[in-house]
Amino acid sequence: MNILKFIETFTDDSLMARTGSRRDSFNQFGNMGRNLALASIPFGLSAMANKALAKDITVTPATPIGALQFALTLEYLENEFYAMALDSGVIPASENGGRDLKVFQQIADHEADHVKFLIAGLGGTMSPNFVAKPTFDFTVGGAFDPFHDYPTFLALAQAFEDTGVRAYKGQAANLISTPDLLTAALQIHSVEARHASEVRRLRGLKGWISNAERGAGMPAATQAVYDGEGVTMQAGYNTASLFGAAAGSEAYDEPLNTQQVVDIANLFIV
Amino acid sequence: MKNEVKIQEVNPSLDSRRSFLKLSGLTLVSAGLVLAGCSNNDDDNNMQDNTLPGIKNGVFDLGSGDFGVLTYAYALEQLEADFYTKVVNASNFNSTFNDIERQVLTDLYHHEVIHRDFFKAALTGALPDPSSQLLPSLAFNYGSMNFNSRNEVLATAKALEDTGVAAYNGAGKLIKSADYLLLAGKIVSVEARHASAIRSLINPNSKDFAGDDIVNTSTGLDVAKDPSKILPIAGGFITTKFTANYLP
Repeated sequence: MNILKFIETFTDDSLMARTGSRRDSFNQFGNMGRNLALASIPFGLSAMANKALAKDITVTPATPIGALQFALTLEYLENEFYAMALDSGVIPASENGGRDLKVFQQIADHEADHVKFLIAGLGGTMSPNFVAKPTFDFTVGGAFDPFHDYPTFLALAQAFEDTGVRAYKGQAANLISTPDLLTAALQIHSVEARHASEVRRLRGLKGWISNAERGAGMPAATQAVYDGEGVTMQAGYNTASLFGAAAGSEAYDEPLNTQQVVDIANLFIV
Repeated sequence: MKNEVKIQEVNPSLDSRRSFLKLSGLTLVSAGLVLAGCSNNDDDNNMQDNTLPGIKNGVFDLGSGDFGVLTYAYALEQLEADFYTKVVNASNFNSTFNDIERQVLTDLYHHEVIHRDFFKAALTGALPDPSSQLLPSLAFNYGSMNFNSRNEVLATAKALEDTGVAAYNGAGKLIKSADYLLLAGKIVSVEARHASAIRSLINPNSKDFAGDDIVNTSTGLDVAKDPSKILPIAGGFITTKFTANYLP
């Protein structure tokens, strides 16, 4: 049920297609329906709501310590998101015969472990390299209700996991001089990818990203998470040559740089 | 440390078979092949970063440094690509697997063949003398594995994907070039997405997609292994002899 409900609720394309052709819908609603649909999308709210008060995180240095601090902030975000979701009861114990609850309990455990691991890696909470947890607002100023509306929770979970995969990848070069830290970051990176794959399947998608598509039911402005994923040239090799662009792009995940991830994370930091 | 993958046809005793199965995690594979030798040598004097891949003492060696790591990855991707090619071409593929399983396995076939051909192209373009330094196409043997058995195919796929993740995670620190490191990173997360998907097909109503057998329950870290730990696993299927004497 969740996918259909979610599509009806959030996707601008569906909002318009529901009453007929796209053109008819435009005629019927004019731009109003489209604007309303776009406005009710978390990643599109950066210029709205409480951002004037936001204590935004800033770009971390391109150093091993900076990479760990950056990773810790992302793990804080994921950890709090899943902990709040489990506390709220938004994940129906009956969903998929209990599968969803098992999945998110496991993911929550991992994110909590990652927070502890990274704090220890930075030298503990008294270390000058330690960074404190920001204050998160997963409702983005009240526009969203991920802890009462399960489809919204699922969509944000997919966005966070796919962002996490791209974010760690983008930090790899900053860790190349510290082999042990690089290895640990890679070991977290692949866990995030396992999570992303499973969350996507819970939402009825493939576990991998085709082209730069955010996937059915994802709010249009989550596109920031998927922009640039459609690359089909890797080190001069055309990955689309054998089986087409979708398969070629699926076979490689692309990085996000620090600024791109900070921009996404700051939407949820107040 | 020297790593040598030697595959010999033997009549596996119970003990050797058990150790092979334990090592590989391939509980359903009973290939008539065992790993005959992975010789360790404490003489690390030859652990240089500039040994190019190529024939050494009559056997192809993967070499060291970035070319060694890329050649190692090429060998693993050859195995994965060959395996899924056999899976999707098996006579009963359409009846063995349901729609969702066929979709997943066909996607994995595409992705792994793309990875294999990518490494071949990248190495051919980058190696100083690819005619002597490019790893040849390897030969494979899956023993008695039944490609028309859902359980056997999925169990082997799970082992291959988890092994791939551990291999890339362990090889990252051996890469000197940031560009090559990023390329490995682009691939390893897709291998992890695969592993998760296969694990979900095997046991959907569970936390196996990132199970406690593979993700450390106190650190939340996935597995990372050196080539010397990976090659004996992959070597169980690879019949072409090669060495990895210059990789840890």
